[in-house]
Amino acid sequence: MNSAVSFFYFLSFLTILSAVMVVVSRNPIHSVLYLILTFFTLSGHYILLNAQFLAAVNIIVYAGAIMVLFLFVIMFLNMKQDQEEAKTNLTKIAATIVGGTVFVILFGAYRKTAIAPFDPQTYDSQIGMIESLGHMLFREYLLPFELASILLLVAMVGAVLLGKREIGERHF
Amino acid sequence: MDLVEFLVKTSTIVAVFGLTLVIAMYSTWAERKVAGFIQDRSGPNRAGWGGLLQPLADAGKMFFKEDFIPALANKWLFIAGPSLAMLTALLASAVIPFGSTFRVAGHEVALQGVESNIGILYVFGVVALGVYGIMVGGWASNNKFSLLGAIRAASQNISYEVAMGLSLIAILMMSSSLSLGEIVAQQHGMNWNIFYQPLGFIIFITCSFAECNRVPFDLPECETELVGGYHTEYGSMKLGFYLFAEYINMFISSAIISVLYFGGYNYPGMDFVYEQLVKSFGTETGHNIATLIGTAVFFGKALFFVFFYMWVRWTIPRFRYDQLMNLGWKKLIPLAIFNIIITGAAVLFLKPVITAWLN
Repeated sequence: MNSAVSFFYFLSFLTILSAVMVVVSRNPIHSVLYLILTFFTLSGHYILLNAQFLAAVNIIVYAGAIMVLFLFVIMFLNMKQDQEEAKTNLTKIAATIVGGTVFVILFGAYRKTAIAPFDPQTYDSQIGMIESLGHMLFREYLLPFELASILLLVAMVGAVLLGKREIGERHF
Repeated sequence: MDLVEFLVKTSTIVAVFGLTLVIAMYSTWAERKVAGFIQDRSGPNRAGWGGLLQPLADAGKMFFKEDFIPALANKWLFIAGPSLAMLTALLASAVIPFGSTFRVAGHEVALQGVESNIGILYVFGVVALGVYGIMVGGWASNNKFSLLGAIRAASQNISYEVAMGLSLIAILMMSSSLSLGEIVAQQHGMNWNIFYQPLGFIIFITCSFAECNRVPFDLPECETELVGGYHTEYGSMKLGFYLFAEYINMFISSAIISVLYFGGYNYPGMDFVYEQLVKSFGTETGHNIATLIGTAVFFGKALFFVFFYMWVRWTIPRFRYDQLMNLGWKKLIPLAIFNIIITGAAVLFLKPVITAWLN
């Protein structure tokens, strides 16, 4: 087994372990921290695939921005600890069925997917680099890219509008 | 990678690591000396010549204090907080180019930990992670003042990260490369980015003040409102790590500023010096000495900005929190977007005209 493969197994083990810990942890803050760890290991996978730009952006956007906001909200909500209400058996059974179904669907979908064959001789290892990614985005996928940016702009305008102070008497 | 290259790289990384720590350590001394100079008093002058042993005395004191963990604190996260702060502070130095290349036994090795084609994004990612040390530590203390201080520090950091990223984009549009080594190499021959990006530089340096939680943006620590901010419950070396991380951040951001805007290891008359050195010492030794001079120039620039941080700290009063947020979101971000538009227009229209005129 060469070093890349053993590193892949190690990373995969860490990814799955931290993903499981996200679900299993009782403390929501611990869950968020494990989720951050999961994002880090995913970035490790991107680096193994030679997609450095994706790895860095994954860390900046998910670990650096979105998870900070998660942590923010949970820290404010979690001022009183240990107030977890007990779940009824019905909830547990329903959750198990839903979770199991999703797992079966994902597993089936995974088994049906055919991984595109590639030729190691002609495979371009630089395909994940930022230059080729930029060419791809701005030449072949320009319209979807611009549409996505408009979507983000609309979301931003919506957030600003929601955050604006309303005129008139304040009720908070 | 063969042995010679590996050895040079390893010694570069160890030297950079050690130098970062030593500079951060002596920044605490320099800060008090600068404060003393500005306030017309002498500053620390008892331990060693001119108080030079003061950082060591402080470190000794920090290590021998009681390592106290509050009873209701989350123990692991309480320890993880300062460790994370230290870790993220030290991570960023890996991609900074401290000099051009070393020639050893026919090998040409760059004086840089990792030459990566996403260098600046890596730095940005590490900066984005800097929030966690503060937030985790503040929350784990189980103290409302700590939590509020941590929330303040974190919201300040993520607000100013946006403007910082936008001001970087203008640089990236000019250099069309994300690699720090490449950005520095392009500034050779007094093509320093400061001349092309004065507005971007002002935005960037303002944001880096806010990112380092330095005066005039040192709101997380506020005696009258928040006691000590996020490190209220911390003592001994754990507090030391938080304070130390701030000084490391200061040095790293100064280094980044000098890389991005002030040409890194480039200096005027560089080619002349290089030629003279190569003529008198031969291609290998001469080249290495020229590289070392460049590295010294780089550290000089970085240390000037560390001094600038201190100078500002003891000169300018601090902002109020709503002023800080208004400045970040309503002034710096629109300015940065304006800067991007101006840069884009200049690269598209002005640059061909000037190039045609010069030829």
